[in-house]
Amino acid sequence: MRLYLTFNHKNVREPLIWKLAQEFAVVTNIRTAEVKEDMGLVGIELKGKTDVVEAAVAWLEQHGVHVEPIEQSVLEG
Amino acid sequence: MSIVRALKCRECGSEYEIAPVHVCEFCFGPLEVVYDYDALGEGFTRELIESRPQNMWRYKELLPIEGEPTVGAEVGFTPLVRAKNLEKVLGVKELYIKNDAVCYPTLSFKDRVVSVALSKAVEFGFTTVACASTGNLAGSVAANATAAGLKSYVFIPHDLEVGKVVGAGVYDTSIVAIEGQYDDVNRLCSEIAGKYPWAFVNVNVRPFYAEGSKSYAYEIMEQLGWKAPKHVVVPMASGSLCTKVDKAIKEFVKLGLVEDAGTAIYGAQATGCSPIARSVKEGTDLIHPVKADTIAKSLAIGNPADGYYANRVMKESGGWSEDVSDQEIVDAIKLLAQTEGIFAETAGGVTLGVAKKLIEQGRIPRDESIVICVTGNGLKTLEAVQDQINPVRTIKPSLKAFDPLAEADLAANK
Repeated sequence: MRLYLTFNHKNVREPLIWKLAQEFAVVTNIRTAEVKEDMGLVGIELKGKTDVVEAAVAWLEQHGVHVEPIEQSVLEG
Repeated sequence: MSIVRALKCRECGSEYEIAPVHVCEFCFGPLEVVYDYDALGEGFTRELIESRPQNMWRYKELLPIEGEPTVGAEVGFTPLVRAKNLEKVLGVKELYIKNDAVCYPTLSFKDRVVSVALSKAVEFGFTTVACASTGNLAGSVAANATAAGLKSYVFIPHDLEVGKVVGAGVYDTSIVAIEGQYDDVNRLCSEIAGKYPWAFVNVNVRPFYAEGSKSYAYEIMEQLGWKAPKHVVVPMASGSLCTKVDKAIKEFVKLGLVEDAGTAIYGAQATGCSPIARSVKEGTDLIHPVKADTIAKSLAIGNPADGYYANRVMKESGGWSEDVSDQEIVDAIKLLAQTEGIFAETAGGVTLGVAKKLIEQGRIPRDESIVICVTGNGLKTLEAVQDQINPVRTIKPSLKAFDPLAEADLAANK
């Protein structure tokens, strides 16, 4: 799954991608990143079994990371 | 003759052959269609364009299809209305409404992008097309697909209003309602688009889809008598239209079809979903995602894919961005209807409301040409204004009942 992760001012300093790889059997492959003081944007590929990847996404969301597909706004008006 | 050269990553510049792909495999940046303008030669003139039927395909060389369109051949060339009454109210000298509220066939500017996306889908050999939408896009994909003999799927949130479901369902599309929050629906649609061999209009054929927006700006310039406007106010959801209006103007200037007027582009959002406007006003280029809460549902994209690029267009063109409240949106819908007889959907209320605000702030000068972009029809968002029209007066079926009413109106000079 190819995703954009948006970190906010509360979690931007935390090593959440490292923790994710410790918690779940997913391969994390960062393709682009921009990190500033109050937010961060990371383009990442997560590879693994579908249910494990979905659980990893849910874990990221529980930790306050905004998770979106790389297309961002698939659902339009 | 097609002058399409390649797909190019907006971030790293990598180029790809023309195919149904939309992101850069290297950096995940969005891909954009690029053209070899020199290949057009001397033959692409105002006269050639004027000699063609009045639809968006009169500019077909600058749209990313091969040959003639196979879908939506009648789309476009909507009216550019000189808004004399609204000029007086706003205190400006030269104001126009580009009215895609009457775009054929589904009464929104989405018919432009969808007809390009589906024509390209047919070229690529797809027989099924799809989209995820809460309104205009769903109707446009369903209608244009049916007319072109394509099978279609429309994905919607499970709690979408009945009217909007009917607006797509009537065209015999396959509608799938997805339970969950916006982000869940959005992510599943991306996964479906990645798995099934369909042309998902705003996913795998998005680079072509988005180019259809340029026709809106080409028409503005031709209808102004081959001139670029000084100021254009554009509604923003993903921010794509903002970037494509800019691209279209630059293309016409480059091809010598209009003179460079130094057009400033302004982006309009609803306060309840204004991540791009906020980034411009705060002087940053980072888009902070928001949870949308506005009556302007066709603009309710909380993390806009083209937000960064729209931000840059506004800054570089000398434009600006603003947002308006739900009440200001309703007031602007009524103002447009009651001055120019144009009933716009909520997005149109956003655009006019923001234009009014920018004029009052002095950011848009009162003595230069201004174009306000209306991209959808008010009949699709009746709920926004249904409680705010003049009260209906019910009478018995007799002149005796009507006469006093007419006399009262006459006395009140109504």
